[in-house]
Amino acid sequence: MRRWEHGWRLVLRMILALAIALFFVFPIYWLASISFKSPEEIFAYPPVWVPAELNVSAYIALFRDGDAWAVWNSLVTAGLSTVIAMILGTLAAYGIVRYRTGGENLTIWIISQRMIPPICVAFPIFLLFVALGLIDTFVGLITLYTAFNLPYVIWMMRGYIQDIPLELEQSALVDGLSRWAVITKVIIPMARGGFFATAVFTFIFAWNDFLFALVLTRSEVVTYPVQVTGYFGSQSTFWSQIGAMSMLGVLPMMVVVATMQRFIVRGMSMGAVKG
Amino acid sequence: MADLELANIEKHYGAVHAVRDVSLTVQSGAFVVLVGPSGCGKSTLLRAIAGLEDITSGDIRIGGQSVTRLAPRARNVAMVFQSYALYPYLTVYENIAFGLRARGEPEQRLDERVRWAADTLSITDYLERHPRELSGGQRQRVAIGRAIVREADLYLFDEPLSNLDAKLRDGMREELKRLHARLGRTFIYVTHDQIEAMTLADRIVLLRDGMIEQDGTPLELFEEPASRFVAGFLGSPPMNMLNVRLAEAGKQIHLSQDLMLPIAGGAAPAQDGEYVWGIRPEQVRLAEAGAPALKGTVDVLQPTGSRLLATVLIGAQKLTAELDAHCGVSPGQEIALSVAISRTVFFDGEGRRVGPATAG
Repeated sequence: MRRWEHGWRLVLRMILALAIALFFVFPIYWLASISFKSPEEIFAYPPVWVPAELNVSAYIALFRDGDAWAVWNSLVTAGLSTVIAMILGTLAAYGIVRYRTGGENLTIWIISQRMIPPICVAFPIFLLFVALGLIDTFVGLITLYTAFNLPYVIWMMRGYIQDIPLELEQSALVDGLSRWAVITKVIIPMARGGFFATAVFTFIFAWNDFLFALVLTRSEVVTYPVQVTGYFGSQSTFWSQIGAMSMLGVLPMMVVVATMQRFIVRGMSMGAVKG
Repeated sequence: MADLELANIEKHYGAVHAVRDVSLTVQSGAFVVLVGPSGCGKSTLLRAIAGLEDITSGDIRIGGQSVTRLAPRARNVAMVFQSYALYPYLTVYENIAFGLRARGEPEQRLDERVRWAADTLSITDYLERHPRELSGGQRQRVAIGRAIVREADLYLFDEPLSNLDAKLRDGMREELKRLHARLGRTFIYVTHDQIEAMTLADRIVLLRDGMIEQDGTPLELFEEPASRFVAGFLGSPPMNMLNVRLAEAGKQIHLSQDLMLPIAGGAAPAQDGEYVWGIRPEQVRLAEAGAPALKGTVDVLQPTGSRLLATVLIGAQKLTAELDAHCGVSPGQEIALSVAISRTVFFDGEGRRVGPATAG
């Protein structure tokens, strides 16, 4: 009796879990299926759930026309800005924690920079970039994303560094490490979970940015979100290209999250408990 | 191997004057314990020697060289922290090797040193484990291993045993002493525990409010305390402090109006007046019939097994006496106690010790 009840409950749970998973996975499946569908299938009614054949012509078109470079542009800008923001932000956070740079209020001021609605500064930044000749350049976009992500990195890393016992650092100093070596050999290993979680989120912010990429790029460093919008025409909308381009934009994120999942979960829970 | 000299060390934290004009010379090879109640400046002083704390003024010299302005890593000292300060992401082996790697020790020499340290501390079996897989006592050994693996001029210990339970602490004390004898290096050890100070030290430096209250061998501090504070700090159970009045040029001790004890000339200060009479519990015995004695009533008895601690009411004052376990007294009983007066001490109103007339 009990055993039967147990099995029944298990089945119910599995069904529920499956339903929830389907609910969340379906949009991604739909996106992927569109990218492989023929135009007729895309507009068919009732909808075609599974494309009749894997039609990769949309992908071929993306690579043939060079549109796929947008994903590369996104990888470069998001990747490099993440690396720079993590280095600068970790050093800044260390300074704030250990040397009390700026006292109590500097950190709040820094994070407040992050709270500005991007649209409010988009136009001034556009004018600034025009004057500096940074429009449509990697340097421009990377600088901007670094600047926008730094407050977040500083804020997060400050929390993680505060949790590291001071004696660990002091012990390393007495043992013969310099301050710089303490950061690479003690601080980063100790805050590893938080460090990677912060890096992933920083990367995602830059990866998903649409507004600045739209305003500050023309043709050379167009990122993938901007490229996607290129397929919405006044005459017609290229759904299969939209689907294919979006898939190219989603895949790197899936890889990043899958490889970093261990760190992200740990890092987030650390932050949650210690605040 | 080098002597350590502290010259007129001062340390202020904002308005707090943590260390006041401390001067100290430590011979190489000594085991010096800095002891005192919390907030006395002992840890600050140790951390200043390590270079983890800037000093406001004064000079710190190791082997005759001033290190006051040097970074911790340039001082060639090794330190064991209260929290052990082990790196959770490194194995025991790597934890011990950490300081040698930081100083670029060649791999073979490093391996030899780590294995020697592990062997000395009997932790060879745990070398591949991580600190979280070790007990408190084992972590403590690793922390000590991290220090002794290096050939430092000074080994600093900041309350290393305070996180261990009482039994482990006793064992580690013995091992530390053996380790010191074996290494022949200079140990500077901070503790608030008087037993650790007494048992470990060649020399105790007792600090109070940032100043050196007394500096000497454990027995000197125990038997010849410079002040009531030192006398009260060392010894367990603590020294009895009775308010007395000396009369007849130090020939009579009055404990109250009707309680007087005649004493031999020269055992007490010659100057008559009010004093605090310091008597260690082990300096009190049951009096033999006819001998001059303190009469009192047994209040509480605490057998320790080997001895019997008796709290005796003498007039309005309490006196703890360490008696023979089988002496047969019971609470409420009237007893007569004799005191080894020549070994007791007297303190003036300021708490300073006043020597007996013969010493003057």
